[in-house]
Amino acid sequence: MEKETCTFSYCQKPPVVEVETDFLIIGGGMAACGAAFEACRWANPKKIRVTMVDKAATDRSGAVAMGLSAINTYMGGNKVADYVKYVRNDLMGIIREDLVYDLGRHVDDSVHLFEKWGLPIWKKGDDGFSLDGFQARDAGKPLLADCKSDEEREKLVVRSGKWQIMINGESYKVIVAEAAKKALETNRQATGVAQNHFERVFITKLLMDKNKPNTVCGAIGFSTRENKAYVFKAKAILLVPGGCVNVFRPRSVGEGMGRTWFPVWNSGSGYAMGALVGAELVQMENRFVPARFKDGYGPVGAWFLFFKAKATDSNRDDYCANQEYIAEAKKKYGKYVDAMGTAIRNHFMMEAMIRGKGPIWMWTNEAMANISKLMVEKLGEKEGMKKVKHLEAEAWEDFLDMTIGQAGMWAANNIEPDKVPSEIIPSEPYFLGSHAGCAGFWVSGPGDIQGAPSHWFWGYNRMSTVNGLFMAGDTCGASGHKFSSGSHAEGRIAGKAAIAYILDNAGFQPTPRENVDELIAEMYLPFEVYEKYKTYTTSPHHISVNPYFIKPDQFQKRLMKIADEYFGGVNTWFKTSATMIEEGLRRLQLLKEDANRLAASNLHELLRCWENYHRVITAEAHARSILFREESRYPGYYYRADKDFIDDENWKCFTIAKYDAEKDQWTFRKEPYVQIFPD
Amino acid sequence: MPSYVITEKCDGCKAQDKTACQYICPHDLMTLDREKMKAYNQEPEQCWECYNCVKICPQQAIEVRGYADYIPLGGSVYPMRGTDSIMWTIKFRNGVIKRFKFPIRLTAEGSVDPYAGLPEPDYSKLKQPGYFNYEAKKE
Repeated sequence: MEKETCTFSYCQKPPVVEVETDFLIIGGGMAACGAAFEACRWANPKKIRVTMVDKAATDRSGAVAMGLSAINTYMGGNKVADYVKYVRNDLMGIIREDLVYDLGRHVDDSVHLFEKWGLPIWKKGDDGFSLDGFQARDAGKPLLADCKSDEEREKLVVRSGKWQIMINGESYKVIVAEAAKKALETNRQATGVAQNHFERVFITKLLMDKNKPNTVCGAIGFSTRENKAYVFKAKAILLVPGGCVNVFRPRSVGEGMGRTWFPVWNSGSGYAMGALVGAELVQMENRFVPARFKDGYGPVGAWFLFFKAKATDSNRDDYCANQEYIAEAKKKYGKYVDAMGTAIRNHFMMEAMIRGKGPIWMWTNEAMANISKLMVEKLGEKEGMKKVKHLEAEAWEDFLDMTIGQAGMWAANNIEPDKVPSEIIPSEPYFLGSHAGCAGFWVSGPGDIQGAPSHWFWGYNRMSTVNGLFMAGDTCGASGHKFSSGSHAEGRIAGKAAIAYILDNAGFQPTPRENVDELIAEMYLPFEVYEKYKTYTTSPHHISVNPYFIKPDQFQKRLMKIADEYFGGVNTWFKTSATMIEEGLRRLQLLKEDANRLAASNLHELLRCWENYHRVITAEAHARSILFREESRYPGYYYRADKDFIDDENWKCFTIAKYDAEKDQWTFRKEPYVQIFPD
Repeated sequence: MPSYVITEKCDGCKAQDKTACQYICPHDLMTLDREKMKAYNQEPEQCWECYNCVKICPQQAIEVRGYADYIPLGGSVYPMRGTDSIMWTIKFRNGVIKRFKFPIRLTAEGSVDPYAGLPEPDYSKLKQPGYFNYEAKKE
């Protein structure tokens, strides 16, 4: 097909707003808010300008937009080295231990600040039972920040697991955003800049510098509210627009397509934009397939860890203790089976389902009955039942704080969790670097961790292989299990390092290498294409059957079908192979070419066009990384059916991917894994 | 579980400086029909049911109907978000009703003073572990 270009012959050329700043934060989630808070403090006395650009409203943007019922990373009285071991264990032995240790030694301060800013954190009452944030305050329990030691803090918090603490987190993001916005306000006062917080501006591409090789110098984007393009020039950039969802066809394909486990607005923009400027990616073969309550995808963590619920197959067998499955798995995956990480548990769940032993049930009713019995025995009928009532509220709050739809799912199905069990299932694949996954970019470590190779440090913590381009949260790879608090903490680490970089490069004048006018024309191409061809058929804009263009929702469904059928989605029980991936990549290449015919009839669709373009690049990085790694490193998440084993001898290493956008070529290399902390 | 707007209740936030649901939706779904001055969800299959439009609507005009894919009709989950706590009403298909109230924040909205009581940065430590206010843990 003939290549389309935008000459603004059919659509209107947008006015262009140029914004000059020093430190640009792309994203508005936990990592972005952490970066704004830390960076502004270092930036203000030096009059360094900090700017945040968010595609949504920062009060409710990012993965914590709905709220959370727990903070999953809090050291308290635990040792940081133990945290490293836990993350390594869950991510099948391959993590950047320097990054994970660095995160662990910083994270608690973010949690202490959240509470000071107003986040209610559960505390243990004098009777050993949990108090919510209000009850704890009224009982005179101290704030974590005011405790004298980590031992005291450890005794105070309500743990649901070794690393998790319970919170009343409906407004978690609102509170964290408030601190970030106020920090940005102090930066405006210090620098005299009129605006440094842009909401509803979507960044489509990063800009590289003309004079300094391999150096980022800005970004372009557009307003999703008015006809306006933006050019940001910056000396350093933190790229934190989240992970990637809706690449794989989800289990619900109608209205429920958006009821994904990780928020559906994670569009892979970070992975794609970094890849397009040649930043090296790591572990992009990694994906996360969370096992959750079926359809509603409500969290199971509190049910497993806090309420001690058990899950079994329909024969009431514990599928994780099945000797047949274990023996078979050990032949293929060796010692990793004993570690019983999240991926392996998924594997066993599917073993049961494939053998016709589904559905898988979580026995919420029995867990509640056990707790009730215990309470009544301990406290007597009246007091015991009062605690049970409190527990029931806690169980519902777990959903209402973070997956409200699961509560709706139960209500509409007449499921009361204390009366009947609920079905759980492995969902569909997601890409992220913050939760139980480790997809992302290859970054510089902190440089001071004994045992880390010297070439893992290139001057600035969390800087990617592109000068001035920093990563955190979902975009910082090979170092998962950060969760909300860790993403905030990592944003702070990266933000501080970015300020150091800016001070060291004070004379740098960001000068885009690319012709910005051409990039803006490219950004608006979906408008041009739509306006040019829209009258060719009688289809109204929301139907759009037209041989000359493809609408973003149609484009997305094509991507999902390729990913699901060829790259190991739910359709094939997450199984793929070299030959399947090669055919999928052939189809993906045609889809990439058709991105040139993406069409938008309004700003909302223009946003979707670019989000889905970002998804395609992310999908390609993922498929090619699986193809490169000739083993099945993450059974339960994906299988190379032609290489269905773990091969530590050849593949106990990082997979590094690099994209050359000009040549449209990917290159791969192995980077040896280095164990820093002994078993 | 996409959100929907009740025609009679929505006033298009005429008296406000912005359309609240459109302002808050993390996925850019809520939009205003300027002719009718009523908001609607323009892409329900991309709705994450985060309820932020429901919580923010000053007219309580927005509710959620379970995804047609898999949720039977007849249940509902509705929040009333106040300044320090949130009240939930859950109605089951069979008529059972549950109500819960949870804390949402301990401080007044807008009262966060991010750097209050925290030290100024020490630039000699800019390239060392730790934050401007915090020394990294040693073990």
